[in-house]
Amino acid sequence: MTILEFSRGPMLHFALIVFVFGVLWRLVSVVLLGWRKSRAENRVSPGKAAVGGVVATGNRSWPHPEFLDRTAFGEAVGYGYHIGLFAIVLVGAPHVAFWKNLFGINAAWWPTIPSGIISVISVVTIFLMFIATVRRFMHPVLRRISNFDDWFTLAILYAVMVSGVMAVFGIGGRYELVLAAHIISFNVLLIWFPFGKLMHAFYIFPSRFITGYKHEKKGAAS
Amino acid sequence: MSTSNRNERPTAGRKTIGQIMDENGVGRRRFLKYCAGITALMAMPPGMTAAFAQQLRAARRPTVIYMPFQECTGCLESLTRSFAPSLESLIFDTISLDYNHTLQAASGHAAEEARHEAMKEAWGEYILICDGSIPTKLNGIYGASAGHSFVDQLHEAAEGAAAIVAVGVCAAYGGVGAAYPNPTGAVGVSDIIKNKPIINVPGCPPIPEVMTGTLVSYLASGVPDLDHLLRPKAFFGNTIHDRCYRRRFYDLGKFAKSFDDEGARNGWCLYELGCRGPTTYNACATIKWNGGTSWPVEAGHGCLGCSEPEFWDQGGFYEPVTSKLFKDSGQIAAGAAAGVAVGAAAALAANRRKKKLSGQADKEASS
Repeated sequence: MTILEFSRGPMLHFALIVFVFGVLWRLVSVVLLGWRKSRAENRVSPGKAAVGGVVATGNRSWPHPEFLDRTAFGEAVGYGYHIGLFAIVLVGAPHVAFWKNLFGINAAWWPTIPSGIISVISVVTIFLMFIATVRRFMHPVLRRISNFDDWFTLAILYAVMVSGVMAVFGIGGRYELVLAAHIISFNVLLIWFPFGKLMHAFYIFPSRFITGYKHEKKGAAS
Repeated sequence: MSTSNRNERPTAGRKTIGQIMDENGVGRRRFLKYCAGITALMAMPPGMTAAFAQQLRAARRPTVIYMPFQECTGCLESLTRSFAPSLESLIFDTISLDYNHTLQAASGHAAEEARHEAMKEAWGEYILICDGSIPTKLNGIYGASAGHSFVDQLHEAAEGAAAIVAVGVCAAYGGVGAAYPNPTGAVGVSDIIKNKPIINVPGCPPIPEVMTGTLVSYLASGVPDLDHLLRPKAFFGNTIHDRCYRRRFYDLGKFAKSFDDEGARNGWCLYELGCRGPTTYNACATIKWNGGTSWPVEAGHGCLGCSEPEFWDQGGFYEPVTSKLFKDSGQIAAGAAAGVAVGAAAALAANRRKKKLSGQADKEASS
């Protein structure tokens, strides 16, 4: 069995099992935890509270005007590399082919964008990730609240991104080995995903929505 | 191995290729054109042609023993379609093909006798070409000829060979014979023979000019530069994808989604239809087939990756090179069910603990 076969075969299978198991474990355990009993009088209907939840989800995804000067740069870098990652993963042709095969769908409508553009986005994304890493290291507060989880997650992300760019540009050795390194690092990311801060991908929007919903219900500004 | 070393062997009295060409009236210009063709095939710089021609002229016409094992004759069929050099010029001018099941007139004991005689005469100097995988299970009983297993025949023939050329993916890596579940325990030549120079020329079949070019190159300058899979780098140094004329469509993100859609008709990239060009090293995109007429991707079908080890077991031929290589028989669903169960149990335990703690707090408050 070649290393590429291993990465596309048993390792990917194992990583997917761990990913599905871990994500459902974390989600179900939070959902079934229940809510604290609200002792405040309901000020609005549940429907209107839900609208408040949606508004809060949007509001909290944008820098607060009061702190704009201090946070705009960090948020811009964060948004930049997140958008880059999504673009690469969702409309990069080899990735689209991967998802279609993984989910067993034909989806001829699924768009792809030219690999030249994806290459530029990839390089810019890595650059933004690097800025975010340096900032995390240099910023006294960010540095203090960073732990193994943050650094390890970043390391895996770098491995996935850099190996992907190397595969596209044909550098770092034979294509099949670099491709195997790329898929292996993605498999490690899948395995680590549920147990680290990457779970924010699942938690972030529901938690913002629920916070906004509860505030709206109590008549509080969110 | 240098030409001068080979000339010091016991059969050094044989005519050189140059002498044979002179006798057959092959002029200097024609010979140089022939050499230029070979060097161009191998992507050598034009300045190398003269040196190559000189070395080839000085080389002795070697004995070649062509041993077929667990094979389909496809590689030999391919070899007969070589145009530069042609099979005729190869076997009449460049080499002395002294044994080949399919091409020779002799059969049975006479053929075996001829082989042994040729081997004895050129012991230590002949080139052994192997075609087909070698079955090893049950002491190699799955493949035998003239009362001997292929394993024994290979050992015997390899012992007196100066070098071995394994043609076809089967002789190189086991190929189709070694495909899962490999019932005969098929392996390639290099899995058995460890003490001889081995050149792999894989493919299913290999490109004819790559086979003949490798042989002629060996005669002129010995074992060529090989990659980690023992393939000549001159022919197997680049991926199909790197040299493919459809590559620009890959770069533009234009992919055929089916074999009869607009993209396929416009010659767009076949990546999504399972083309293995990105992971396959071969010269199909540059040398092409049938005298440079066309090649599979030009004919509209993706590359099958036939020059790579285990190409038969790399998933479906119509799935992309990044596709999954596992069959999930409910393990992911079981993982999901286990995740839900563990999550529910964790939530239950947390709620109980919460209740217990709040009960204690109420008690303390009331007391």
